[in-house]
Amino acid sequence: MSLHLRFNLNRGPLQLKLDLAVNAGETLALVGPNGSGKTTCLHAAAGLISIDHGTILLNGAVLDDGTGNAFVPAEQRDIGIVFQEHRLFPHMSAQDNVAFGLRAHGIGRKAARLTAAAWLSRMGLGDFAAEKPHSLSGGQAQRVALARALAKAPRLLLLDEPLAAVDASARQDLRRDLATHLRAFAGPRIIVTHDAVDAFVLADRIAVLEGGRIVQTGTTEAISSNPRTRYVADLIGLNFFRGVVRDSALELKNGARLIVVSQHQGNAVATMHPRSVALFHEQPIGSPRNAWPAPIEALEPALDSVRVRIGGQAPLVAEVTAATVASMGLRPGLTIWVAIKATEVHVRPE
Amino acid sequence: MKRRSSSSLRVLVALLTAIAVALFALPILAIVTSAPWSRLIEQLSSVPVQQALGLSLISSFGAVLLAVLLGLPLALWLSQSTSLLRTIVRIIVTLPIVLPPVTAGIALLLAYGRSSLVGAQFERWFGFSLPFSTAATVVAAAYMGMPFFVLSVEAGLRALDPRYLDAAASLGAGPWRRLWSVTLPMIQPSLRTGILLCFARALGEYCATQMFAGNLPGSTRTLPLACAVAMEVDPELAIGLSLILASLSIAVLFVLRHSWTPRR
Repeated sequence: MSLHLRFNLNRGPLQLKLDLAVNAGETLALVGPNGSGKTTCLHAAAGLISIDHGTILLNGAVLDDGTGNAFVPAEQRDIGIVFQEHRLFPHMSAQDNVAFGLRAHGIGRKAARLTAAAWLSRMGLGDFAAEKPHSLSGGQAQRVALARALAKAPRLLLLDEPLAAVDASARQDLRRDLATHLRAFAGPRIIVTHDAVDAFVLADRIAVLEGGRIVQTGTTEAISSNPRTRYVADLIGLNFFRGVVRDSALELKNGARLIVVSQHQGNAVATMHPRSVALFHEQPIGSPRNAWPAPIEALEPALDSVRVRIGGQAPLVAEVTAATVASMGLRPGLTIWVAIKATEVHVRPE
Repeated sequence: MKRRSSSSLRVLVALLTAIAVALFALPILAIVTSAPWSRLIEQLSSVPVQQALGLSLISSFGAVLLAVLLGLPLALWLSQSTSLLRTIVRIIVTLPIVLPPVTAGIALLLAYGRSSLVGAQFERWFGFSLPFSTAATVVAAAYMGMPFFVLSVEAGLRALDPRYLDAAASLGAGPWRRLWSVTLPMIQPSLRTGILLCFARALGEYCATQMFAGNLPGSTRTLPLACAVAMEVDPELAIGLSLILASLSIAVLFVLRHSWTPRR
């Protein structure tokens, strides 16, 4: 069992062109910035929109070939979708929501309700079967939505930002439960997300979609050790530069130069961890080969540190402790000296 | 937010508000106070009144039935998108709300009377001519009441988030199940409002009915017609019948109170 998406689809400003395959038992995370076409791609797989050219195959059967003749409407595709906003039917109880798909597949009322109740118990929501969606918390509603999608045993599971509308406090538990249920689902599964943690925890493989094109696919390890675009680097929290290496310096497009250690000459990308970026009030005298003054744009508190977003010709992020922020008086607008050792800049030929 | 207004303005506003309220409250109060309460039971149990009440209920419920049967598909079609054709159809369907009822009655007679094409065909099929029949009271009432149903339901359908229908489709629900299990339950408030408004308008229908269906006791004389006739010969009875009609209208507004009053 596998899903093959190979199609072109133009919608307003978006020109989606992709070629993706997801195997049974594999979770693919589709990540990318807003407007990159992630959700459109999911809707095409689900049959909520039709493609312009190409084919969509599920287990070898054509679901859409762009001609309209082969188009299989959503209700006949046998898919499960979890939407960003749970989209539970507001006039039905949690149990009837879960039973809805079973009823639509011709299962009797009684049997459907029994199966639905069992799914709700499995989600830890046995006591909430009679509740209407508006009296459920965000995390509970999303669990009901997951049960609703899974209860009718679909052949393909699609999740569209399933954690985005859930409180941060509930997200971790829901993510863990999602991981469990994704693993238990035998067919291909796709999760759309813009959250790196979700992608890394839930997916076996990541496909990065930017501007309607897949710019990088690979296992989570491969992607994080070798990000190919700024978006991917930002996603995993690395600083990212693209340029040309000449005479042991990476020349950026805008003319800025970064001293690096590399045998390679020519096009390259460079990454460095925010922790290896040092900040000084005065021009530093010492080993760092790279040092330049630049304005602080923003301070973003991270888990146990502060990410200092720095502008200028080579914008990057430095990670420092909260104590450093206080003692150095770091604040947006302040001009600061940035220093990076050449050995901390990881260069990869392109 | 409360704004400070000069006291003279406040007095003027209060005065005009009181006049406005009185303009609407006094007529209702007049009916209630002048109603022949002691004779009411006796009046209402007379055969002509019972007949008129029965005809009114037949024409009003018949109008609601027609509105749901024909108006629901029409509202579904109107709500699907915007186009010149849909705009024109909406104007035609809405027209009875603003059309003088006497004009509506004459138009109905011209379109569905014996000498018209449709009317002649109707007579051939059903063996009786539509005008001046009980069926004509239903048609007149539906013509006047259905626009309220169509407008209300179309507004409800347009406000319905189509993403719920996507979710239903993804769960395997075809068009019929989506309509029956998702769309209709989710627009239930609009359906209720539309049905009640249609019913109330049909119940009060007078002029178009008289033009198209006539004023025949026992077959087309509905309560409003009986009321107008009684005004000539037995004003007390007319007041009693008016009390019934007013009570029914008030009951409709009471049921709809949540749709009208802005929620806090």
